[in-house]
Amino acid sequence: MVQSQITGNASEADEAARFQSKVDREIKIEPRDWMPEGYRKTLVRQISQHAHSEIVGMLPEGCWVTRAPSLRRKVQLLAKIQDEGGHGLYLYSAAETLGTSRAEMIDALHEGRAKYSNIFNYPVLSWADIGAIGWLVDGAAIINQIALCRCSYGPYARAMERICREESFHQRQGYEIMMSMAFGTKDQKRMAQSALDRWWWPSLMMFGPSDRESAHSSQSMQWKIKRVSNDDLRQQFIDMTVPQADYLGLKMPDPDLKWNEERGHYDFGAIDWAELKRVVSGDGPCNKERMTARVKAHEDGAWVREAAAAYGEKQRLRKQAAKIAAE
Amino acid sequence: MTAGHDWPLWEVFIRAREGLSHKHVGSLHASDAEMALQHARDVYTRRREGESIWVVQSTDIVASAPADKESLFDPADSKIYRHPTFYEVPDEVECL
Repeated sequence: MVQSQITGNASEADEAARFQSKVDREIKIEPRDWMPEGYRKTLVRQISQHAHSEIVGMLPEGCWVTRAPSLRRKVQLLAKIQDEGGHGLYLYSAAETLGTSRAEMIDALHEGRAKYSNIFNYPVLSWADIGAIGWLVDGAAIINQIALCRCSYGPYARAMERICREESFHQRQGYEIMMSMAFGTKDQKRMAQSALDRWWWPSLMMFGPSDRESAHSSQSMQWKIKRVSNDDLRQQFIDMTVPQADYLGLKMPDPDLKWNEERGHYDFGAIDWAELKRVVSGDGPCNKERMTARVKAHEDGAWVREAAAAYGEKQRLRKQAAKIAAE
Repeated sequence: MTAGHDWPLWEVFIRAREGLSHKHVGSLHASDAEMALQHARDVYTRRREGESIWVVQSTDIVASAPADKESLFDPADSKIYRHPTFYEVPDEVECL
């Protein structure tokens, strides 16, 4: 323990240099390792935001469980929503290793101090939207999360690996729904096209602002919290998704979308960043509804949490008394 | 809104298959041991990832300090005679 006394005296600059060198050599940072305060803060913000997105993401789908068109679709949707609850829990745990508490994070969400993915502030109008969410929203999330599996913070990277493994069915079940709608009756096809029209642009916004505008990007890249830039991830998503829409016989709602032979990528139209800003800052179609539902669920469950805590405490005291009596 | 306090934190270990040891998979909050086991089953084994679960209250784990890593583990680096490859034996002698 002599060693810890020595390093305890090392200057902040030495520690920072050692930290960056570890990151550069692709050595993962673990919870009790020294880390710059900014790294810790950035991770808490990003991981908790990610966790909140999983939890809030259950809400738009929840109302379709009882309206699923068949038992097969119903069990798939339930399993997907259950996964999202689980993913939220993995991520909250990862954030807690950085010294924040679950209660603090949940309060921050409910009081509007923490953000969640903007995509969940849009309404889910028809069953085809459930297909579009799985195909596009989960598709975009997977692209983002695959990059995060290589994040420098160990607990976050490990949670991401697990989530990616579980999430690929989410995207496939969404595409399967889109196939039955797009290849179905005229009305079904119209619903599928309408879902694509409404979910395409918000899905592109999921990757965040353009690299030129992104406030946190360059520091996060240096710390390897972020491994691929917003614009590169977005391009990757577009290139992957356009042929999938073609297969469905659906039309992308972007007149400027076309293959650029020279770049080897699709060119696409301008994203309406003003809309993103407006919806993020609370003025989207469903912001209020989502938060009201989330807070209500939390408050309605309060008595269960209190009862369980009281029961746990009683068990603990009983065990303690029995131990003393035996001695 | 009440901040409340969190239930105790538990670490979850899962034996993926018979014959393997339990491996740390993550953590969760629960009000007692029984609930911790039930939650671990729901959160970490939705796809039959395990045959057996251990839960341990996080505060009961004693861990070495990251700063002690060198003093604890580096001395083993110089003890190469603890590995079979350190010893030179003739090729023609078998079963060594």
